[in-house]
Parts: sequence; structure tokens; C-alpha cells
Amino acid sequence: MYFQLTEEQSLIRATVRSFAENELADSAAERDESERFDRPLMFDKVAELGMAGIVFPEEYGGAGADYISYAIAVEELSRVCASTGVTLSAHLSLGANPVWLFGNEEQKQTFLRPMAEGAKLGAFALTEPTAGSDAGGTKTFAVRDGDDWVINGSKIFTTNGGDADTYIVFARTDRNAEKHHGISAFIVEKGTPGFDFGKKEKKMGIRSSPTCELVFTNCRIPASQLLGKEGEGFKIAMKTLDGGRIGIAAQALGIAQGAYEAAVNYARERKQFDQPIAGFQAVQFMLADMALRIEASRLLVYQSAWRASAGLPYGKESAMAKLSASETAMWVTTKAVQVHGGYGYTRDFPVERMMRDAKITEIYEGTSEVQRIVIGTAVTRG
Amino acid sequence: MNLDLTDEQNLIRDTAREFAVAELETVAAALDRGEQLPVFFANLKKLAELGFMGLNVRSEYGGTEAGVVAFSVALTELARACASTAVTVSVNNMVCEVIQEVGTQAQRQAYIPRICSGEHLAGAFALTEPGAGSDPSAMTTSAVRDGDGWVLNGSKIFITSAPYAGVFVVWAVTDRTAPKGKGVSCFLVPAGTPGCLVGRAEEKMGQHASSTNELLFQNCHIPGDALLGQLNEGFRVAVSELAGGRIGIGSLALGIGQAALDSAIRYALERKQFGQRLSDFQAIQWKIADCSTELEAARLLLMQAAYRKEQGKSYSKEASMAKLFASEAANRACYEALQIFGGYGYTTEFPVERYSRDARITTIYEGTSEIQRLIIAREILRGVS
Repeated sequence: MYFQLTEEQSLIRATVRSFAENELADSAAERDESERFDRPLMFDKVAELGMAGIVFPEEYGGAGADYISYAIAVEELSRVCASTGVTLSAHLSLGANPVWLFGNEEQKQTFLRPMAEGAKLGAFALTEPTAGSDAGGTKTFAVRDGDDWVINGSKIFTTNGGDADTYIVFARTDRNAEKHHGISAFIVEKGTPGFDFGKKEKKMGIRSSPTCELVFTNCRIPASQLLGKEGEGFKIAMKTLDGGRIGIAAQALGIAQGAYEAAVNYARERKQFDQPIAGFQAVQFMLADMALRIEASRLLVYQSAWRASAGLPYGKESAMAKLSASETAMWVTTKAVQVHGGYGYTRDFPVERMMRDAKITEIYEGTSEVQRIVIGTAVTRG
Repeated sequence: MNLDLTDEQNLIRDTAREFAVAELETVAAALDRGEQLPVFFANLKKLAELGFMGLNVRSEYGGTEAGVVAFSVALTELARACASTAVTVSVNNMVCEVIQEVGTQAQRQAYIPRICSGEHLAGAFALTEPGAGSDPSAMTTSAVRDGDGWVLNGSKIFITSAPYAGVFVVWAVTDRTAPKGKGVSCFLVPAGTPGCLVGRAEEKMGQHASSTNELLFQNCHIPGDALLGQLNEGFRVAVSELAGGRIGIGSLALGIGQAALDSAIRYALERKQFGQRLSDFQAIQWKIADCSTELEAARLLLMQAAYRKEQGKSYSKEASMAKLFASEAANRACYEALQIFGGYGYTTEFPVERYSRDARITTIYEGTSEIQRLIIAREILRGVS
């Protein structure tokens, strides 16, 4: 047992925190307001720190660090700017990781390496208008045509969509197979003829992170871009999401931490009834409960990350981490607004943005409801 | 970071689990009804012989030297079967630790080996008074100099293990003129000392086999070497004891919560309504998922606090967090587990009814949830944020 961070993990926290505070903080409110994705700042510079492929081996362009380091990086980015946090999480966990897990050597060199090095931004396209929590409802179709596959259909809610270069796209390849069996995964690059971008979503939060519709019209890709085996797509999606939950849990953790710190600072400074409001038990208890829930979630997040790196099963643990951290983020940001009173409801203070940002963490990469099903099934089966 | 238990910690957990299943689970319901008390005492003796009364105590005093993490996991396993036994073990460990930490060599040798070996079935802390609960500085029990010794007068309440404790760690006011909380000292009073009387036993909601009594001091003369630690520094002993004890009580709470959840899961897998198992209903799955997640977080918070204490780091905030979270999570788990059992859960036919009563005290003793929140808030607001 070594229940503390290693020096390397602490160093990564310090490095990313310094970057986030010095470079992301100033523009976070403006980027939120104008729904502006600043790739040079939000991705290229993060990549320069070695974060774009932090968990992958150096021979594939990564930094060879572990999942706790990755979780810390996403946490620290999100503490200041949740949009930047999800950019990294979607890129690494959803775009790059399935290629690492299921790609062949050639695919790893061609597609993983540039993503890990930060030359290309990754994205993941699973969700469709009628296939949300129920990914088995996928209707996008890919038909084999000689040495190619031809994709038709559309995807929605793709994080990094439009700006990303490399997309992991799920499509049904067997109409007759059972719901979950006839789906395959493909690697599709931006600029492929027949691959276009549709509507960009207008969102409540994480507004500096683009979320876009993808449209495939007779989009032809070579068979070498089939990821994993034909029909294995559902498994690939689920394995990818197990890991992705660590990223989103870390994002939620960072949002909660940012809001909590803002609330503590405000409570110390704000005076009412002739004393700082931090002197009132009602406020103290809110702060204590925030700190408590954040710490509990942090340990769940690090535990699932540690298990992922140690090669232990972590599906249940990452679901627990994601469920706990995302609900904590929503609760903590709501309380942080409360501590700020009327000011908290304005855009003069960051907690207003943080509360909007927190909401999505209970929804994407598996809603809280889906996490409870994952956990409930695992616990009653065990 | 590596969250694996060591081989030794695993061994201690497994030993505790085996003992709990074989010896404690079988009598827990009877103990709750007030029956088979001799078995309760026999089990304390056996646990002492297995080394569970001084898990974080040095071997020269008869301890196991297994550390705080081992203490935590052992407590959880014992509490899964019998909370009354577990709380006695927790308090015994803390009495040994406190004497080891602040006692003289003579005091250590006089008491710790006796508790560790089971010669004394228990040790007890006597801090709380009728008017001094969460605010111990309001205590009025006094110790007045009498030649080389002291004379104790006053009354304590809610003293765990009082009737079978071999020694009491007693807090009393030694300087009435000192500011509140400063003039208190700590004493070791052997059971049977004239003037030290075990009073009325409380009738409690739960944890029935563990006795909770008044302790009265009526011109109780004790020698000068009964002073534990520095004169007028008694609160420092209390603060240190309580922080360590919180890991014990948090671990105990986790055990009760886990037992409740485990029994509810078993029941949900068997019980059928509307033509399917309860476990197939999402409403039931969710209760199980939420309780599992909370108990897992509680376990990690406890491990963290225990690890920090073991490593000699500050752990007061972490212990308060762990105790607060674990005790509240355990109560929620008991509530939801009883709900899953429906009407049967309200009967003594199933153990969740007992678990629910046993869990209730864990948000109160060893510092209420409210006190834990004050401690956490104080640490937060003192820190750099």
C-alpha cells in the first residue's frame, strides 16, 4: 500500500495547475460567453505539456505515464476551464484510446501516434438521435464494397466534432445480427469525401468545447480503417467508455474543486452581520460537506485510475467514480452559487459557469442512470 | 499510488472475517436480546488472544504492531457480524494506544499488556458528562491535590465497557482558574478503586451487548502517578484519542453498512414480486448502486486516514471526513436495506433491523456528525484553501 501520490504525479499536478492558472483562466469566461474553441490554447499547448497522449507508451508518441497522472491532468484543467478538460478527455480516452486498445500496429503508427503527439485531435462518434444511452439503437450503416467500406448516416453530440482530425465512428455492419452484435468501429479522418459536419449544438455549459453533428453520405474509407474486428464495435465502445469515465469523473472532480475553492475564498472575504460569512455554521457546514464529497469522489477517481493502470478490472469502479464525481460536481457548484448569493448568479463570478458546466458530467459518457445500472449489475452479480 | 492491502493486512482482515463468521455472527442476535453475555466476554478474550486488542501497539507491551490500516480493516470485519463486539475492540485499542503514546513506562507496563492479553476484558474512556457532551470543556468532575495524590469527585455518563473495564482513562478539572478547556488533566483509575463506582447502565436503541454506564467518583483517592500525560494538558490527550478513535468508529460503521447492504443484495436476488426478482427492478438496483458507491468511498476515506496516521502524517481532518462519511453512509445503507426487505426488514427475523439500530449511534459517539463538520470547516478555513 502506498496511499499517496508519487513525485511524478505531484509534478504533473503542479505543471498542469500552473498552465491552467496562468494561461487558461483569463479567457475562460470569454470563451464560454462567445462559445469559442481556441485550439492553439486548449489543445496544442496542452499537448506541448505532454498531456495529449500521456498514458500511451513513448513508442506511440505518448509520455508513458499512468492513469492517475492523466486523471490529475484533466482535473487540473477542469478546475479552471471544464471545456479544456473535456477536450483532453474526449481526445485521449475516446479518440486515441480505442486505437491503442483495439488497433493493429499499422493503425497505431498511422492514427494513434499523431493523436498522442498532439498533432491531431481525436473524437468519438457513437451517439445518434435515437441511440443515446441505448447504443444498440445505432442506425448509421457501413456496407462493404470491395476493399472499402461505405458509411451512411449521422451522429450527434460529438465532442471536439468539427475541429477534430480523427474520428472513431460506430456503424451497423450487419442488419440481421442482434442489436449489439452487428456494430463495427471505424477510423475516419476529417476531409474524407462524404464526411461533413452538420449542426453545432448551442449548449448550457462547456460552451468553449465544440459539440457537433457528423453527417456521412456515401463516405468511402479503406478496409484498413476498420478498427478491431467486424461486429466488435459494441464491445469496443463499451471498453472505451469504461476508460472515458475516468476522464469525465476527473473533469467533474476538477469543476467541483474549482467551485469549492471559489466558495471558500468568497466566504472568507464576504462580510454580513458584521463578520465574514465563513464565521456562520450554516456556511461552514456547506464548505465542510463540499470538501468531504470532493475528497470521497477524488479517492474513487484515483482508485479507478490506479486499477486501470495496474491491469485490474475497473468497470464498476470507474462507474462509481463517474457517478459520485459528477453528482458531487453538480451539488458542490449549486452550493457554491448559494454561498455567493446573488453575485453567484451573475457572470461576474466563475461559479455561475461552473454550475452550468457541471450539469453535463451527469449526462455524457453514460448518464448517472446508466452508471447505476452498471454498478447495480456488477454488485448483484458478484 | 498503490491501494492494495499488504499481505499482513490481508491476513489480519481474513482472520477477523473468519472469526466474525464463526464466533460473532452466530450470537449477535442473541446478544442484542440481552442473552448469552458470557459468550460476549469469551469472544473478547479470544480476540485478545488473537492479537486484536492492540493492533497498533508495540510488541513489548503485548501489541501486534500491525498498524492502523490493519486496525481499520479488522474493525470493519468484526462489525459486519457484531457491532457490540467491534466497539469494545475499538475502544480497547484506543485505550492501549493512548497509554502507549502519553503514559510513563510504568503505566504502559501496568495496563497495556493486561488489555492486549485479555486479562482485562476492556479499558474505558471517561470523558463525557451530563453537561459536557460535544463540549467537553464544560466538564465539572474535579481532581484536587491531596498530598502526593489526587481526589476525584464528579460523575461521568455514557461510558462504554464500564462494568468490565480493568482501567478507566478519566478526564477531570485540575485548574479551575484556567481558561475553559485548559485546566483539565487525564488520569488512569483502575477498576475497583474505592470511590470509583460504576452506575446505572443505559437502555439503548442498539449495540446492546456493549454496556454503557454512569461512572461516579465520590472522594476517590488516586496516587500521584495516576496522572496520565502532562498536568493540565488533558485535552491534548482527548483530541489525539478522538482522532484515532474516529478511524475505529468509521471502520465499524462501514462494517455495519456493508452487512446491511450484503443482506439486502442476497434478499433482492431471492425475493420475487410481480413475477421477477427484486434485483431486476431498477428502483432496487439503484438503491444497491448508491449504497455500494457510498460505502466504497467511505472505505477509501478510512484507508486514507489510517494510512496517514500510520505514516506519521497529520490525519485529523481525514479521520473526521472518514468518520462523518462512513457513519452517514452506513445509516443510509441500513435505511435502504431495510426498505428493500419491506415488512420483513422491520421484524427481528432478519438482521437489518438490528443493523439499523446499531448503526444509528455511529453518527453520534466519538464526535457527532456536527462536530466532525466543525473540525473539517476549521481545517479548511485555516488552510490556504
